[in-house]
Amino acid sequence: MTETLELPFWLELISAVLLLTGSLFALIGALGLVRLKDYFQRMHPPALASTIGAWCVALASIIYFSWLKEAPILHAWLIPILLSITVPVTTLLLARAALFRKRMSKEPVPEEISSGRHRGN
Amino acid sequence: MTGLLASAVLASLFIFALAMALALIRLFRGPSAQDRVLALDYLYILAMLTMLVLGIRYASDTYFEGALLIALFGFVGSFALAKFLLRGEVIE
Repeated sequence: MTETLELPFWLELISAVLLLTGSLFALIGALGLVRLKDYFQRMHPPALASTIGAWCVALASIIYFSWLKEAPILHAWLIPILLSITVPVTTLLLARAALFRKRMSKEPVPEEISSGRHRGN
Repeated sequence: MTGLLASAVLASLFIFALAMALALIRLFRGPSAQDRVLALDYLYILAMLTMLVLGIRYASDTYFEGALLIALFGFVGSFALAKFLLRGEVIE
């Protein structure tokens, strides 16, 4: 690097707090993934990293690069937007797959909420 | 980059590595196949966030493109694996 742009202290503080918040929430999600008992409970903690974690890290990246390039650099925003589209699809499909497999192997599954007609599977 | 942001970047990289190790525990120990797929999906998300943090550390735009690629391939991989668990084949 030939010249280093120094961030002002308050921007640096905001970015540091955002980065630490995001990574700590990702760590909490991983802890939940290891410690929870049931599969359907374990589906929940990864959402921490893909919502709060991704938003915090992307905001820190936006702040840093916008100061570095002296223009609004918003492309890191694509990551949380992409995650908010793709993560529900995989989660829903994984939940349906787990339900199907547990029913096939006659394991206990959560009861159905809807009282509609049953179509076999 | 002065001390505060640099040390925060370093600390968050270590925390992400710890979270990846925990997800690896679930990946190896998971009692069922869907647990392993879930842990792999989480590993993809963590790797993507780590790439973003590395981009801040080295002040380089290229890491963002890597993160975007990891996000796309992670989605496709998890989708295909979940579909395989559901049907026994990926494309019907």
